[in-house]
Amino acid sequence: MMKQISINVNGVTHTRSVEPRVSLGDFLRHEIGLTGTHFGCEHGVCGACTILVNGVSMRSCLMFAVQADGCKVETVEGLSHAGAPLHPLQQAFRDQHALQCGFCTPGMLMTLIELLSETNNPTEEEVRDAISGNICRCTGYQPIVEAAMQAAKAMREEKV
Amino acid sequence: MKAPPFDYHRPASLRDALLLLKQPDARILAGGQSLVPMLNFRLLAPQHLVDLSQIDQLQTCVITSEKIRIGAMKSQRELENSAELARVAPIFPEAIRQIGHRQTRNRGTIGGSLCHLDPSAELPTLALLHDAIFEIASTEGVRHASAQDFILGAMNPALEEGEILTHVEMPVWRPGHGFAFLEHARRAGDFALASAGILVAVDSDGRIARLAICIGGLGDRPIRLAAAESELIGAMPGKDMFDRAAAHIAALPAEGSIHASAAYKRRIAETLLKRALETACARAAHMVSVA
Ligand code: FES
Ligand code: FES
Repeated sequence: MMKQISINVNGVTHTRSVEPRVSLGDFLRHEIGLTGTHFGCEHGVCGACTILVNGVSMRSCLMFAVQADGCKVETVEGLSHAGAPLHPLQQAFRDQHALQCGFCTPGMLMTLIELLSETNNPTEEEVRDAISGNICRCTGYQPIVEAAMQAAKAMREEKV
Repeated sequence: MKAPPFDYHRPASLRDALLLLKQPDARILAGGQSLVPMLNFRLLAPQHLVDLSQIDQLQTCVITSEKIRIGAMKSQRELENSAELARVAPIFPEAIRQIGHRQTRNRGTIGGSLCHLDPSAELPTLALLHDAIFEIASTEGVRHASAQDFILGAMNPALEEGEILTHVEMPVWRPGHGFAFLEHARRAGDFALASAGILVAVDSDGRIARLAICIGGLGDRPIRLAAAESELIGAMPGKDMFDRAAAHIAALPAEGSIHASAAYKRRIAETLLKRALETACARAAHMVSVA
């Protein structure tokens, strides 16, 4: 049985009829065409599909789109817009070479966005703990941690 | 890796949820952090999923200096970050931080974990350690079960068809009690090979006045070390006492897996238990000296 749902994605409300079994990640990718959110494992172990639902990080493969009816969803596409400068976290990833293939990057970014919304002065250990549920097969994590620290600093200075 | 088809229901009241659960082949959907992977793997194919997320009654939490009462749909992360809970039962944030990852704790619920009953999960171990009482609703009314009676084994809660776990209630230990929750996993956030939870109160001489020990991950369910708890009343915290407690691990049922043999898991449990006792006793003693 199809269900009609409305989800606000990066500020735009989308209303669609979906099968209940469609995951939120598939909804974003196939219904809305936002393919920045990646699926690595589809059973909750890789973290590539991490997005924010009502400001809180979640795995979009472990949630059905119908469960997000009426929610506010943020994906990597919402971090910066074409032509505009990158988000400080994205800029830091670029500066620190915190990605190679980029497959894990959307999930890393969204997870770190949540951490940086909680504290703009995290320790390295807190950064490592935050991304412990995000697997990267390329970088060895060190540059990702450095990027998070750079972004936190940039965001602190921006505030002053 | 896509879930099989099902009908989705999101009732706004417990009554409606109980009625919806009466449909054939209906299952409860709480946070979905264990259920959805099982659906994606097609290990399960229920006809109906009843999502409990919109039922306010299941979100209520009462925390006083005597008892903690937590609604089944409270997210693990809310509990992890609750200053009130940390004040009366500081073992909660310590244990909950070790569950999965932040993304799964944001969505995973206490009730979901307590009904899924993975043998290495932190919350069932914590519930048993804390002498939790489970409140269970059905269309017939409400009943209560002790953690001991509720946790029957791996993925085997004492729930009848059509019943919903609504709350868990736990007595609070006196201010100044010592606590520790330690586990060992192959990688951060993985299922633990073994875990140890301790609650302890010491008297003014620093001797053990009250003790609770719960070991998780060894067999098909967490287990209280009742014999060690009573044997060690009056003992002085120290290496000798920690060794005496750890000697009880040898008698516990343990199941090996490809990751760790039963003997290896017991070794880990012994070490975790000794370390957790040391930490818990030090914290309790510290509180005594401050008081
Ligand atoms: S695709 Fe969701 S955690 Fe891997
Ligand atoms: S950059 Fe390739 S997986 Fe992380």
